[in-house]
Amino acid sequence: MAGIASYGAYIPLYRLNRPDIQKAWDSMIPIPGEKAVASYDEDSITMAVAAARDCLTGQDLKKVDRIYFASTTSPYREKLAATVVAGALGLNKETQTMDFGGSLRAGVNALRAAADAVDAGSANCVLVAAADTRLGAPKGDKEMSFGDGAAALLITKSDTAVYILGGHSVYQEFHDLWRSDQDRFVKSWEERFVREAGYNRIVPPTVAAALQKCNMTTADVTKAAIYAPDPRLLGVAAGKMGFDPMAQIQDPLYMTVGNTGCAQPLMILVAALEDAKAGDKLMCVSYGDGCDALVMQAGDKIDGIKDRRAIKRHLESKMIIPYTRYLIWRGLVETEPPPRPPINHISVPALWRDRDHGLALHGLKCKNCGTPQYPPQRVCVICQTQDNFETYDFAHKKATVTAFSHDNLAASIDPPSTIAAVDFEEGGRIIFNMVDRNPDDVKTGMPVEVSFRKVHFFESIHNYWWKCTPIRC
Amino acid sequence: MGSVKGIRDKIAIIGMGCSKFGEHWDKSKNDLIVEATKEAIEDAKIEVKDIEAAWAGTWVSGFDGRCLADPLKLQYIPVTRVENACASGSDAFRNACYAVASGAYDMCLAVGFEKLKDSGYSGLPDQQSLPSNRYPDRTAPGMFALMATTYFSRYGLSPEEGKRMIGMVSVKSHYNGTLNPKAHLRREVKIEQVLNAPIIAWPLGLFDCCGVSDGAAAAIVVRAEDAKNFRPDPVYVKALQISVCPSEGELRADYDFTTVKATVRAGQMAYEEAGIKNPREEISMAELHDCFSITEAVTCEDLEFSPKGKVKEDIESGFFNLDGGLPVQPDGGLKSFGHPIGASGLRMLYEMYLQCQGRADKRQIKDARLGLTHNLGGIPISNTVSVLIIGL
Repeated sequence: MAGIASYGAYIPLYRLNRPDIQKAWDSMIPIPGEKAVASYDEDSITMAVAAARDCLTGQDLKKVDRIYFASTTSPYREKLAATVVAGALGLNKETQTMDFGGSLRAGVNALRAAADAVDAGSANCVLVAAADTRLGAPKGDKEMSFGDGAAALLITKSDTAVYILGGHSVYQEFHDLWRSDQDRFVKSWEERFVREAGYNRIVPPTVAAALQKCNMTTADVTKAAIYAPDPRLLGVAAGKMGFDPMAQIQDPLYMTVGNTGCAQPLMILVAALEDAKAGDKLMCVSYGDGCDALVMQAGDKIDGIKDRRAIKRHLESKMIIPYTRYLIWRGLVETEPPPRPPINHISVPALWRDRDHGLALHGLKCKNCGTPQYPPQRVCVICQTQDNFETYDFAHKKATVTAFSHDNLAASIDPPSTIAAVDFEEGGRIIFNMVDRNPDDVKTGMPVEVSFRKVHFFESIHNYWWKCTPIRC
Repeated sequence: MGSVKGIRDKIAIIGMGCSKFGEHWDKSKNDLIVEATKEAIEDAKIEVKDIEAAWAGTWVSGFDGRCLADPLKLQYIPVTRVENACASGSDAFRNACYAVASGAYDMCLAVGFEKLKDSGYSGLPDQQSLPSNRYPDRTAPGMFALMATTYFSRYGLSPEEGKRMIGMVSVKSHYNGTLNPKAHLRREVKIEQVLNAPIIAWPLGLFDCCGVSDGAAAAIVVRAEDAKNFRPDPVYVKALQISVCPSEGELRADYDFTTVKATVRAGQMAYEEAGIKNPREEISMAELHDCFSITEAVTCEDLEFSPKGKVKEDIESGFFNLDGGLPVQPDGGLKSFGHPIGASGLRMLYEMYLQCQGRADKRQIKDARLGLTHNLGGIPISNTVSVLIIGL
């Protein structure tokens, strides 16, 4: 039986205080809590990579033979995003890559498809990574409620920690939330219609049917991770379904992260798994043009999944930013450009040549003198031996800052641009930008880790590379 | 390092010219080239037609030999454009000297120029050259700031002490610049101003950074034995050295930013070529590549003017002031002139030439016999360095 062998998640460091948004617009209705916001150099691809790296902690990369990327906010309308994620993770070249999109159910759809593929024997180990960075129009309720985040699950037949017992799906064609190919912001119909004709009418029977298929009732469920656009709606619906909202319903992270779209049901499932014990019965429920409800049970190996940042540790580390900074990051206000020439060149063949080393942060190690180096060289920087190298992974190595500065002249959307000479414990140096840092806390000798980020956007090409960050949590 | 051969005392400079440096909104690069070359021609008392071959040094303001032939209307002689980052002008001069030394020509011209203020931006134009764009956002001040933070920490200077040390470098150069009518920035600054200036790239503030300007400078060289036919006081070439770093600092974790190996190497080779044993004692004066105040401080150590980690003492004692033991940047340096890339090397040489001839007016150094110029093109982790020595 297919199941979850590992889990991981990512929540961006930055948070907006909802009252700050409210204050900016002189809005009357007080809305409490925080929402997580991806930094200016993060998107659904980079967050999926971060969640997948968390999920793959201690796992054998080579096992993965399929990757499903799920998002309603893929940076590309046409072009596979799963290949970027796979490349950044350094997955085997024969890995099957697929994108799931278009729906808030994309995350759970990908999970279900992964379980089906493993059960059918067409795949052995599927990495599911779901991420969303949905935009609500400024001043609106969706901007208030939406948050950014990602989750990743590893689906296998052996070594599973959580068995997927079964599930039930229904579809309903209607427009409660949508975004056309012309829109930047998510649209919705009247809130009461969404609640009464949509969520309340679709979710409870689907949950009931899924439980019935597994010969269970709501009383058997330890924790249900149910997507909800807001916690009030979930509370009412949970009561209707016969759950004890306090004991059995997993916190949908509305107050701390916000509604993370298609990643939300998987993120709260990960939160539930962090507390799960062997034998616990769990549900993961998505909603959007219908509903998918999955029933699962934790096995003995659930305790073996450790050292994840997942949800808890990511929630513990945060930095509140002013609303104006968010507006600039998202390009929602036009600001004075930096007094530097914009980066206005990109070469697709050059990116292609760099497809393995650049994306996965793979350098070379000289077989003669043993020195790791990045970017790849033809002639060793130390012993000048030519073409005698093996591939060397920098992306998972420990590193510290040897030199740094905070550059106000660099053309950054979020100055100052922190530059750091980063030396790796096992050898090698790479010069990186440092992000998610407080400039006052940057010190020579501080430990850092690498993070996959978007570095430029030109000619409609999202160009990704790596930066360093303080050890997050 | 093999033994250095070189062309010591085989070549002489018989004429030099230098435009005023600054934000020349009303002058084109051709105007600047003509201005500098005209002065050099008049200084050498020759005619343009006497020049048999020419080298142009520019970073981004010209692409081939036509960049000189066109404005000067050189008549079908060989002209070559040389590009070697901030050492472009010095390398153009080196090529002209070697051409004469080879016996191929009797008289050659080297012109360095750059027109930067047409770009519309602060700082230098985009220097990134990796077409994949996979590199950190970095600027020259950002990269040289790494040198400052590591220097401070390695030698136990608090940020305040460190900033004061490099601040005094700028105070000295700005003062020298007030004495030079060709400098761009000619205002004296006080240490408090320097310390309180806006930060460009921590810890480098506005006054730790050189300006960006337009300018040109030119030199005419002949064989040493012919030099006295043109003027009684020619200045002789003692050493022409260039050292290029294979971007080691970018990859090697043992590079600590408090030194520039190419400077050390070019300096050692230049001292050997010129027969200099004790640079601190023998060099009369120097124009160093003070793109940033910290660069000048570290260069003083790399060129053995000060012991490693001890430049602070020499800065504080005034050793590098105009009346000190080894005046550095007597003309005001990049600090006062700004840095039109291709022009800077020959601008430095122009000052050493005038000083050797006793023509440096209020800036004149006593007993100016041997002058050194240094260009550092690139950034601490990856660079191309020239060290030239001329003298009597």
